[in-house]
Amino acid sequence: MEKRLIKDENDRVDGIFKVTGKAKYFAEYELPGLTYGVLVTSTITKGRITSLDTRAAEKAPGVISVVSHLNKPSAPAYEQEGGSAMKIFYTDKIFYNGQPIAIVVANTFERATYAASLVKATYTKDAFNTDFEKAVGDAQAKKLQGQPDYKRGIENAYQTAEVKVEEKYHLPIETHNPMELHGIIADWRTNNQVVVYAKTQGVKATQGTIANVFKIPIENIQVNSEFVGGGFGMALRTWPVEIATVMASRQIGKPVKLVLTRMQMFTMVGNRPAAVQTIGLGAKKDGTLTGITHRAFGETSVYENFTEGVVNMAKFMYQCDNVNTQYTVVPVDLGVPIWMRGPGEATGAFALESAIDEMAHALDMDPLEFRIKNDPEKDQQRDKPFSDKNIKEAYRVGAQKIGWSERKNKPGSLVDGQWKMGYGVSIGVFNANRGRASVKGILKADGSLVLQSATSDIGPGTGTGMTLIASRVLKIPAGKIKFELGDSSLPQAPSQGGSATLSTVGSAVNDVCVALKSTVAELAANSNMDATANFADVLKKNNLPSIEVTKQSQAGKERDEYSMYSFSIHFVKVKVHSLTGVVKVDKIVSVGDSGTIVSPKTARSQMVGGAVGGVGMALTEESIIDHRFGRYINNNFADYHVPVNADIPEIEVHFINKPDPYINPMGAKGMGEIALIGFSAAVANAVFNATGKRIRTLPITPDKILAS
Amino acid sequence: MQSSDQKPNQGGSRRDFLKKSSIITAIALTPTVAVKAAENQADERFAELFEKIPLNLTVNNKAYKTAVEPRVTLLDYLREELHLTGTKKGCDHGQCGACTVHVDGERVNSCLSLAVMNEGKKITTIEGLANGEELHPMQAAFIKYDGFQCGYCTPGQIMSAVACVSEGHTSSRSEISEYMSGNICRCGAYPNIVDAIVEVSKGGMKA
Repeated sequence: MEKRLIKDENDRVDGIFKVTGKAKYFAEYELPGLTYGVLVTSTITKGRITSLDTRAAEKAPGVISVVSHLNKPSAPAYEQEGGSAMKIFYTDKIFYNGQPIAIVVANTFERATYAASLVKATYTKDAFNTDFEKAVGDAQAKKLQGQPDYKRGIENAYQTAEVKVEEKYHLPIETHNPMELHGIIADWRTNNQVVVYAKTQGVKATQGTIANVFKIPIENIQVNSEFVGGGFGMALRTWPVEIATVMASRQIGKPVKLVLTRMQMFTMVGNRPAAVQTIGLGAKKDGTLTGITHRAFGETSVYENFTEGVVNMAKFMYQCDNVNTQYTVVPVDLGVPIWMRGPGEATGAFALESAIDEMAHALDMDPLEFRIKNDPEKDQQRDKPFSDKNIKEAYRVGAQKIGWSERKNKPGSLVDGQWKMGYGVSIGVFNANRGRASVKGILKADGSLVLQSATSDIGPGTGTGMTLIASRVLKIPAGKIKFELGDSSLPQAPSQGGSATLSTVGSAVNDVCVALKSTVAELAANSNMDATANFADVLKKNNLPSIEVTKQSQAGKERDEYSMYSFSIHFVKVKVHSLTGVVKVDKIVSVGDSGTIVSPKTARSQMVGGAVGGVGMALTEESIIDHRFGRYINNNFADYHVPVNADIPEIEVHFINKPDPYINPMGAKGMGEIALIGFSAAVANAVFNATGKRIRTLPITPDKILAS
Repeated sequence: MQSSDQKPNQGGSRRDFLKKSSIITAIALTPTVAVKAAENQADERFAELFEKIPLNLTVNNKAYKTAVEPRVTLLDYLREELHLTGTKKGCDHGQCGACTVHVDGERVNSCLSLAVMNEGKKITTIEGLANGEELHPMQAAFIKYDGFQCGYCTPGQIMSAVACVSEGHTSSRSEISEYMSGNICRCGAYPNIVDAIVEVSKGGMKA
C-alpha cells in the first residue's frame, strides 16, 4: 500500500497500515513450506531431565520433528564453555519452571500443539527457592554481585539528622506483556543463509546473536522486523526460544514459526525484577536534605546475572552533600529478568519518591515545596552542570493543572461521601542517552525522500518522528518522505531502548538531510540555478534520478561537559473508597521536560501510555508465584491485571518544549522511560494524602489499604 | 528418539495403521506405486480427509467453501488459512480482545469461537471494514486521535469500537470506557481511543 493517507503531518506515518490490518508483524509473513513450532516446557523448577520420550509426538499427524537436547543441531557457541548456563537444548539442567525443553514442529499449529502434549519428560528434582523476599533474608550475610557502592560525603548521614525517615519498600515481579506474543519465524536456507522475521527491539542485535551462536557470517543473516507489537524492554535480547527455533529450522530445512502462549510470556522472556529497598533520609527542620541512603536488592536468576539502575536517581536528583547507595542482586530459581519500561530507575523512583513524600510529611511541609527547596543546582554526582533542566517550571505547570491548591497537607481532609480524595506528586528522571547511528538518505528527482536505518519502532512512532525531522530540515512535506526501518540490511542503528532512538537516529537523519541540502545547493550553484530552486528541479536539470548520502552521527565532547537528563513530573488525584479500599485514579497530569518535542502527537501518546503503565504498576500488576511449586499462578490477562480502559481517567500532558542546547541538533531528549518513572510513587503519595495510609508494597491493592 | 528407561508406546492410532498398512502393502504388492504413495504422505491425506469437516462461511463479503479440523479456532482459521492477519492473537483465551471480529454484526472474540461453529455466518474482519481506499470513520478517527502506538491491539479495538457505537453504548466517556474494557491496550492509548469513539458516535457512523 503505497498510498499515504495522512491528513495531518503529525499523524503517524504507519497509522494507515495499523488501522486497516495491513501492518505485518513477525508472525504474519507467508513463507513457502512454513511449519509451526510449539514448545514443551519443564514441569519442575530445578533439577535435570532424566528422560524425554518423544515417540508418541513424532508419530502424531503432521509432525516433522521434535528438537531437544537429545538431537539438537550444531550451535558452536553453545558447545563452548562459559556464557550463560541456559544454553537451550545444550543442557539437561532445569533452572526454572516452564523452561523450554523441546520444540515440536508440525505442518499445522493445531497438530504441533497436540503433539507437544504427547512429549513426556522425567526429572530428578533439586530443592529450589522462587521467593525473592525469602532469598533477600537469606542473602544478607552473603557476598553477592551487584554494582559498586557509591558514597558522597558522610555515609548514612541521615541517621544523625534533625529529622529522619527510614523505610523499606517492596516491588513484586511485573511482566511486560506487550499485546503481541513473542516469537520468531526462522528460515535456515541452503548455504547457511538465514532469514528471520523477529519481534525485536534491535534487528542488528538479533542478527549478531544468531551469527554468534551458530558461528556463521553476519552477512548470511537477514532480520526483518518492520512492525513490532510492543516490547517495553522484553524484546531487547534474542531469547533462547528464538535460538531454538533457528535450530529447528536448520534441522528440518524448512521455515519454522514459533509464537509463544500468553502463559509462556511470563516465564521465558523476562520480567521487571522484584526489589526490596531501604531509603534513609535526613533533613534539617527547615526542610534542607542532609543525607540520602538508598540500599536495594534486586532479583536475578541463578544462571545469569541481571542488574539495572535502581539506585541511580538518589545520587543526583536532590541537592544533598551526603549520599550513599548500595545495589545487590539476589538470585532465585526463575527466568532471568530484563529491563522493563523505566527499568531500574522506575523501581528506585517508587522508593525514593515515596520516601521524599514521607519526609515532607514528617517536616509538615507541602511535598511540592519540599522538592523545590531541594532541587539541585548542578549534578553533584558528576560535578557538572545539567545541560538543561526546567523542573521548577514543570512543577508549577503541573500543580496548576491538577489543582494542587485544593490539596490539604493533612491526610484524610478531603472527603466526598464514602470516598476520600488525595493528591500526589513525584518526579521521574532518566539519562538522556545518545548513541551512534547511520542513516542513508535518497533524494529523488520526483521530489520524494527515502531514509533508511536499521532501527525499530515498537510503538513510540519512530518513523513519524524521523519524518518530521527530515521534513523540517529539507522543507519537504511529510507525505513525501518515507522512513524505512526494521531491516538488518539497512545502515547501522542501535536497539530501541533506553529512550535513545529519537536522539540517536534522529541526529543522523538531521545530518543526512543537512548534507543532502548542501549537495543540492552546490548542484544548483554549478548549474546556475537559483538557490531557492526546489530539489526536484535541481536534480532534473542535472539529469540525476536521485542523490544518496549516508551519515553516521554520534555525540561529541559536550557529553563530557554536561550532565544530560530527561525529567517528568507526575501529578495524580485519587479517590479511595473508605469501606472497600478501592483506589480510583481520578485525574492525571504528566509534565515532560525533555527538550524539544519533535512529534507532538506521538509524544503526547507516549506520555499517556507511560501514565497508564504507571497506574498498572501502582495499583494492579504483580506476577504471583506459588512458591511450593515455583510456578506463576496468574499468568494470563484475566488474573494479571494490566489497566483496562475503564481504569484510566482523564490524562493531561504538558511539555516544557525547550530545546536542550547540547544534546543533539534537534535539542530533543528521550521520553519513553520518564513517562513511567516515578508515576507509581505519585499514586502512593496521593493514597497517603487521601487516607493517611502509607503503602510501601506495590501494587496498592484494597486489602493492603484495609489492613493498614 | 527415546531414552532407555521408557517402555515403547503401546497406543496405536488410525494414522499408525495407515502408515503400517502402506508399508505392508509396499512389501506385499507392487512396491513402487505403494511406496510412492507413502512417500507422498498418502496417509496424511487420508487423515486430513477424516479429520476435517466441511465449512461454509462468508468473510468480508467473500464466500468460502472449505473444510477445517474442528479444533481450529476462527482466529487461527482467519490468520493461518485465509491469511487475514489483521485479526490478532494476544492471549488465545478471550481475555484481551485483540482478536475481535464481527460475526453476523456482533463483536466476538474469534479465539473463543471454533471455525466450524460459524457455519453459514457472515464474518467481518478489520480488512473488510474500509470501503476500498476509503477508511471507515472509526479507522480515520483512530488515526486522527492517535488511538494506538504499536498497533497490535488496534484491529480488535476498532472492531470493538464500531460495535460499541452500533450497540449504543456511547452515552458518556465512562460508558464507552466500560464497554471498551474487553480490549486491552498495553501501550495505553485508552483516552485517545475514547476520543475517537466519541467523535464517531457524534458524527454518525456511515461506512
